[in-house]
Amino acid sequence: MDDSKFWPQGVKRCKPGMFIAWLLLPLALGGWATLSAFLCLYKGLNQTNMNDYFAFGVWIVVDLAIIALGAGAFFTGYLTYVLRRHELKNIINAAVIIGFICYSGAILMLGIDIGQPARGWFGFWHANVHSMLTEVMFCITTYAIVLIVEFVPLILENRQISKVPDLAIFAHHLHRIMIVFAATGTFLSFFHQGSLGGMFGVLYARPFAFRTGYMIWPWTFFLFILSAIASGPSFTTLIVMWTEKMSGRQLTSHSVKMLMGKISGFLLIFYMVLKTADTAYWANVTLPNMGLTMGDLYKQGPYGEWLLWVELGLCGWLPAIMLMFQKVRETYGLLALAMILNCSGAVFNRFVFTIQSLAIPVLPFENFASYLPSWQEWGISAGVIAYGLLLFSLAYRYLPVFPQEAELNK
Amino acid sequence: MLPIVFEWHWDIGHFVFMGLFYAALTVIGLGLVVAFRSTMKDLNSGKDPHDLGHH
Repeated sequence: MDDSKFWPQGVKRCKPGMFIAWLLLPLALGGWATLSAFLCLYKGLNQTNMNDYFAFGVWIVVDLAIIALGAGAFFTGYLTYVLRRHELKNIINAAVIIGFICYSGAILMLGIDIGQPARGWFGFWHANVHSMLTEVMFCITTYAIVLIVEFVPLILENRQISKVPDLAIFAHHLHRIMIVFAATGTFLSFFHQGSLGGMFGVLYARPFAFRTGYMIWPWTFFLFILSAIASGPSFTTLIVMWTEKMSGRQLTSHSVKMLMGKISGFLLIFYMVLKTADTAYWANVTLPNMGLTMGDLYKQGPYGEWLLWVELGLCGWLPAIMLMFQKVRETYGLLALAMILNCSGAVFNRFVFTIQSLAIPVLPFENFASYLPSWQEWGISAGVIAYGLLLFSLAYRYLPVFPQEAELNK
Repeated sequence: MLPIVFEWHWDIGHFVFMGLFYAALTVIGLGLVVAFRSTMKDLNSGKDPHDLGHH
């Protein structure tokens, strides 16, 4: 079996047998996810360990995390097409694919989370315009359409598909007006990233999450946008670096990765300044006004203050400062380390807002609530990773994702 | 009530919320229409894909 006629022009790929062997990993994870999904849809959400305390569990943590990390697509698209940073064209295709995987994966996961996906359209038909989640739902689904439109030209550029003149011309014209889709995607992404944070910030009855803000938007609205655009470009670059290690081929020049690191670094510094100020104001003004101290919220269960130091220090300020130094960006390993810490910080942030907020008791007669996901919940979460591995592997093998690859590997 | 929004109310919330949503969908839809129309025009005039340049 020879599939080389489908590979992008001028590049090499591993033998089909090796590729199929690699695909066994995502297929195995996909099998676990399929079984878990079947049980959740057939028997109901009693297959999970969610309860009246934890209406949000690991699925929402993963959802929020991958939507933040997938922000590399819209922000890199904005920089490439709207601000005309042409050097980013060497990584924009990867950013779009990763964004598509993250958003479509999140939507698939939410399909299980809502229990009855056949009724998913209710939210559009009976829209509660005062709900942050309605705004999130509208923007995520609309942005997923934008990502499909951005992904289609890349599929049409496959060496065999592009031989069909109609499709090649259509791909050309989609590329020509990509700025329209990139700008629409930026608008939609800003609002749903923000509303995901706003959703927590308006929870007045949960002092751990509640924040003051500007007009109708709590500070978490702006902080979630900033953390997403700071971590998204890092995540895209990390996936590219990981693909380079797996394939043994250089896919983009190091200057492109350094630029992505610089963008991430500046945005992360800006985010950390505001996040630190927000945390200080919350601890010293917001909580005392509610009759609480910060210590009250960290004294029970495993979620001590150490989690705050990990999120803000180890995975916040440290990568922000590292990415500011050109020497760090020039060194492959250090750049990857800073980006891993940056992405971990975004994941920690989504975890504490989702799980820690719900675990802390808010009424005098309540106790600290604990939650561990069931194997079915882990299965669905693993399914998103499997889906990502499968789609990115196929895209890398058959689509011209990296314009510099042929030149860099001569 | 509007035919495409079941629980429509004539208030600012619905105007802003649904207005922006449908505006975004309209922009995406119009973008696709422009791409389709340009493709049809080029195909009818017998243009070769290689003449259009590479992105």
